[in-house]
Amino acid sequence: MLKILLSRLGQCLLMAWSVGTLTFILTRLLPGDMAYKIATGRYGDDAVSTAAANAVNAELGLDRPAFQQYLVWLGDLITGDLGTSLVTGAPVVHELQNQMSFTLVLASRAILAAALIAFPVGLLCGAKAETVPDRASLITSTFIRSQPVFCLGLLLIFIFAMELNWFPVAGFGSAEYAVLPVLTLALSLAAVSNRVVRNSTRQAVNSAYFHFARIKGLSYAQAFTRHVIPNVIVPGLAFMGIQLIGLIEGVIMVESLFAWPGIGHGLSHAVFARDIPMLQGTALVMGMLFVAINTLVDISQHYLDPRTRLDN
Amino acid sequence: MSIFHRLTMQQRAGMVILLCLAVFAFCAPLAGTDPDTQDLRHAFAAPGAEHLLGTDHFGRDMLARLSGGMRISFTLAIICVFSAAVSGVACGLAAAWYRRWLDTGLNFLANTILALPGLVLILVFAAIVPGSFLMIYIAISLVLWVEFFRLVRAITLPVVQGEELESSALHGFGKWYLFKRHIWPAIAPDVYSLSAFGAATSVIAMSSTGFVYVGLKPPTPELGLMIVELFPYYYKAPWLLMEPIAALFLMVFAFQLLAGKQS
Repeated sequence: MLKILLSRLGQCLLMAWSVGTLTFILTRLLPGDMAYKIATGRYGDDAVSTAAANAVNAELGLDRPAFQQYLVWLGDLITGDLGTSLVTGAPVVHELQNQMSFTLVLASRAILAAALIAFPVGLLCGAKAETVPDRASLITSTFIRSQPVFCLGLLLIFIFAMELNWFPVAGFGSAEYAVLPVLTLALSLAAVSNRVVRNSTRQAVNSAYFHFARIKGLSYAQAFTRHVIPNVIVPGLAFMGIQLIGLIEGVIMVESLFAWPGIGHGLSHAVFARDIPMLQGTALVMGMLFVAINTLVDISQHYLDPRTRLDN
Repeated sequence: MSIFHRLTMQQRAGMVILLCLAVFAFCAPLAGTDPDTQDLRHAFAAPGAEHLLGTDHFGRDMLARLSGGMRISFTLAIICVFSAAVSGVACGLAAAWYRRWLDTGLNFLANTILALPGLVLILVFAAIVPGSFLMIYIAISLVLWVEFFRLVRAITLPVVQGEELESSALHGFGKWYLFKRHIWPAIAPDVYSLSAFGAATSVIAMSSTGFVYVGLKPPTPELGLMIVELFPYYYKAPWLLMEPIAALFLMVFAFQLLAGKQS
């Protein structure tokens, strides 16, 4: 248990260091004079003057040697000082907290919805492999998997928002705004995981222990709940955990598509506006979310699967 | 022909679709229509004899733009996968074969890249030089490199320590022979399928950067960018928006079919 937490802490530090270094290099690599560049970002193309550039220079300490700046940069990072957004002028930490709550709402609902789709569908298709529902799920899953998540989102928008007018196209507000983004993410996750659940169900149903349970007199329903479901949940959850890497990428695309005011939306906007403190902050939070999910998967695995505990 | 016969039906289907798309992408420019030439009087022309797939909101020929977009996607996918596969296989081999500091160093690099979700890394790289094909190429290749490196290293380790390779080495065969005879057959199937998956990943990644408007810049006919540009005209000309979406879908679908080994 401690080993899991320590290795994940290491991953977190590595991630923070690489994001910090990458964004630092990024600021140095920007073509042209840094100060002018930032001043342009702040005041617009027409209002840039030497005075403005000098003000930026003094404020950000751009005239010091690169290595010194790098150390200051990392120091700020460790103490959690992420600076202020170049576009809005608000502290990055503040904005991140704001965005984070929206992202967590979206992500947690999507994970829940994905599990609610993947497990029932997978169990059903595995128990009745090679039948019509199984074929249908294979074709649907392949169709969903064969497109970037934003295309899936667009298709849902066309069908449910523009043709049927059931839900709003994009934005954030009442509960109905959440339906399409959550559905997009959930479907893209479930498209792969329902097949994994289906395969392990099929394996369990064809196994010797399942046949033995039936022979010793358990009904199909009893044997299924006692012997199949526990053997399906562990690999199913483990796989969903691995998939959550895809969830983070999906969050970026889906938030941008639906204008959902979360971290992913913040990240793509920061890249677009070249708002480097914001870029660094959003990338850090994305990375931290990534590590946190991985840790949760490890821990749940530890408790769900008695075999992993035996090793220690 | 022998390679073709060893493929499953799925993989053959994928290969056929890819060949058709490639012919479309690389031969359509021979018709001589420029994807950037505007003709505002004929904007939103429906598909017809003059413009087979219609024209977009600037009256640009959609056929030329689609084939241009697919050409960019194909080119990117091929060079990304090629560089990631060659360097990933080489690094994986070196790490598994020489171990020691080389293994430690390369593993550290891989873990550093893996500590961030792939798309975040690609977006950060895209921010360094906006609209640069080179940056997107480097970022996607890095993300793919990790996969190749870890796969090859994991499979090569037991082979290098196995008795077959040791026996060949004791007979005095050179490194190249050992690689060709013992290691390549073990890694080849996985390297092939990872390459096809990697191609699908790079097509998706590039269109994703285009879609959030931080990838290649207009008027480049990039598929993701075309989708955002045409989105506002959905009610006016829904077929226009469907064309790049269909192209993107077909490319990713075909690469995934080619990869095979799916459930």
